[in-house]
Amino acid sequence: MSEPGTRPDGEVEIEVVDLHKSFGDLEVLVGIDLEVRTGEVVCVVGPSGSGKSTLLRCINQLEEPTSGTVRVEGTELTDPDVDIDAARRRIGMVFQAFNLFPHLRVLDNLTIAQRRVLKRDKAEAERVATANLERVGLLDKAQAYPAQLSGGQQQRAAIARALSMEPDLMLFDEPTSSLDPELVGDVLAVMRSLADEGMTMMVVTHEMSFARDVADRVIFMDEGAIVEEGAPQQVLGSPQHRRTQTFLQRVLDPTASHLGDVDDRQG
Amino acid sequence: MNLSPRRRARVVRGVQYAVLVVAVLLLVLVADWQRLQQAFFDPTVAQSLFPRVLTTALKNTVVYTVLGFSFGLGLGLVLALMKLSSVAPYRWIATVYIEIFRGLPALLVFVAFGFGVPIAFGTLIPTLTSVTLALGLVGAAYIAETIRAGIEAVPRGQVEAARSLGMSTTWASVSIVIPQAFRIILPPLTNELILLTKDSSLIYVLGLSLSQFDLTYFGRDALNQSKSMTAILVAGACYLIITVPLSLVVRRLEARTAEAR
Repeated sequence: MSEPGTRPDGEVEIEVVDLHKSFGDLEVLVGIDLEVRTGEVVCVVGPSGSGKSTLLRCINQLEEPTSGTVRVEGTELTDPDVDIDAARRRIGMVFQAFNLFPHLRVLDNLTIAQRRVLKRDKAEAERVATANLERVGLLDKAQAYPAQLSGGQQQRAAIARALSMEPDLMLFDEPTSSLDPELVGDVLAVMRSLADEGMTMMVVTHEMSFARDVADRVIFMDEGAIVEEGAPQQVLGSPQHRRTQTFLQRVLDPTASHLGDVDDRQG
Repeated sequence: MNLSPRRRARVVRGVQYAVLVVAVLLLVLVADWQRLQQAFFDPTVAQSLFPRVLTTALKNTVVYTVLGFSFGLGLGLVLALMKLSSVAPYRWIATVYIEIFRGLPALLVFVAFGFGVPIAFGTLIPTLTSVTLALGLVGAAYIAETIRAGIEAVPRGQVEAARSLGMSTTWASVSIVIPQAFRIILPPLTNELILLTKDSSLIYVLGLSLSQFDLTYFGRDALNQSKSMTAILVAGACYLIITVPLSLVVRRLEARTAEAR
């Protein structure tokens, strides 16, 4: 297993081909094609209900795609014969609701999968966990229970938990959406430093400034499809599509959303 | 009367106290305490019950309950997992089992068990085993439903987080879901333990020898011999010796897990 950033840049890390996902009659993804290269930071933006979280969850197979192919580091995860547990070890995931294990102390949250899945011994697992807690600035919270932490601290602990598996890439599913505004900064700072270290990252987010400053590429999704993608200054600065323009207008200046030509569809 | 709401509330509270005081006074004055005491608390009868009420009857009730509950817990967990299984026949079997054993009076099950087991296995099965099985079979039906509810109460995101870390379904269940489920169901599970403690009074229908008497049967036996309700009172107190500390322990455990939630 490679350390983050040790894989040569530019190789295809995630490859998604013609991905479809339906929940009953509801088509959430209508044919997604996507490539993420090693070391790249890709931000996925779009109105709620556009399918961006579902796309992320299809990549590590938390949702089973209806059709299409997902490859991570060349392994076809949509192939039923693939050991999905082994593949997921290389894919870190951070959730909107943190999903820390409430019955375990922070340190044990970080060591349990290392020990059960990677078969590391206690000392080694704790060494890795401690290093990652330090990285996210939570060394002093190792013995606390998740409920004793603020939302921002919980999310940083969740990031540290994912990093403790030493993944090759990280998926972030709206990591700051359930945080109080004043706690968002710390989490984004951790993500930014991770990006600087060369981690391959796919981030579903509403934080436009993060996307602008940190992303190598921004993908705008609407109604289950990729509408527009490119460099951040291009997609966020001079969007070509009307739907992108409308969305950005709403997000960047919510009070002005009734101006301009805005359709009333809600996600 | 034109009282303000807060004044009216005070008056209502005052009336409630007054009713209580009058009721207690009536009870104290009207009841024949001397005869009650003779019937229910005869010191010589009480004395004659010791130490057997503790060393035999209380001990047996505790042993039966603990064994029955342990077996019921294991079987209940299996049934709960069956009920949540993606394989339909497992779900059906678990549902049928739970509906039958929860729907029948425990006494009926024990009687049937007491008749059926000797026919099926002769006298091969020792009493303690059949008591354990009988109590466990009945307890499991209730425990299974409680465990199932607990497992379903663990948020979906917990499994997703575990799976995204590469844990298998089994590991995610064993180390993430089930421990959390048990924390959630600790209070109702204790309730079931208390209920089973009392249900253990019905296993006399399986046939018990003198040294196998549980609290209730011991009390009834002593009642027949002494013609004094004292035996029942003492046996009853012994049940409370088991159940009240149990409630206290759980309250403490609950407070501790509340910290971790």
